[in-house]
Amino acid sequence: MSSTSSSATSGQARKERPLSPHLSIYKLIPNMIASIMHRITGVALYFGTVLVAWWLIAAAAGPAYFDYVNGFFGSLFGMLILLGYTWALMHHLLGGLRHFAWDASKLISKQMSTKLAYATFIGSGALTLLVWLIAMLVR
Amino acid sequence: MSIKTPFKRVEGLGSAKDGTEHFWRQRLTALANVPLIIAFVWIVVSLNGEDHATVAATFANPFVAVVMLLVIVSALYHAKLGMQVVIEDYIHGELAKYALLVANIFFTFGIAVLAVFAILKMGFGS
Repeated sequence: MSSTSSSATSGQARKERPLSPHLSIYKLIPNMIASIMHRITGVALYFGTVLVAWWLIAAAAGPAYFDYVNGFFGSLFGMLILLGYTWALMHHLLGGLRHFAWDASKLISKQMSTKLAYATFIGSGALTLLVWLIAMLVR
Repeated sequence: MSIKTPFKRVEGLGSAKDGTEHFWRQRLTALANVPLIIAFVWIVVSLNGEDHATVAATFANPFVAVVMLLVIVSALYHAKLGMQVVIEDYIHGELAKYALLVANIFFTFGIAVLAVFAILKMGFGS
């Protein structure tokens, strides 16, 4: 046990070194939430590509399998996923546009970035509603 | 006094052997994604509630097929770059990190090729 305990002690010693302040120490401001949501929606869209590929493969496979997959997307569960997908896409799109502005050193002030964070939340919600409204109308 | 050779110093790439290439490609695909995702949403919305024949006929249109191919390639390259950063940020165990970095590449390539195959099959008329 002596060899393992000595390695555990050295591991312990490494953990005791001072750390720079991390997420939990800062006040949660709108810009932080927008940034976190940008990453979460990005990860969601990453796995959402499976649904896009599934839909395309179904369309390429033929009418029977396409109807089956369409049935899934048309179900309540499927529509909830697609609604979330639409919002994630719109949020990530607007978040990306924010990053382009910041890359050009524009709109990066404390006040402006807070406004942009709110604009991203409101804008992504509005765009999601708009897309679904059009989708319902063209049906 | 640096122990680096003059060539290594002028390269300025350090031990990572990589400069701003990841950032540049991430922004490049992001820029491409803006019009492509709008086109993608347009295509999907316009096909809402349509039957298989209509969907297949839409993707038989070369313009739609090519736009959809660009959507898939650009979006999945962007997804690969993004997920790589997420893995590098949160996964610190060497084995787990490299396993996930490899899995990320396999996943995004796999999904992209599946989608590209489906689009080409419809594009060339299945």
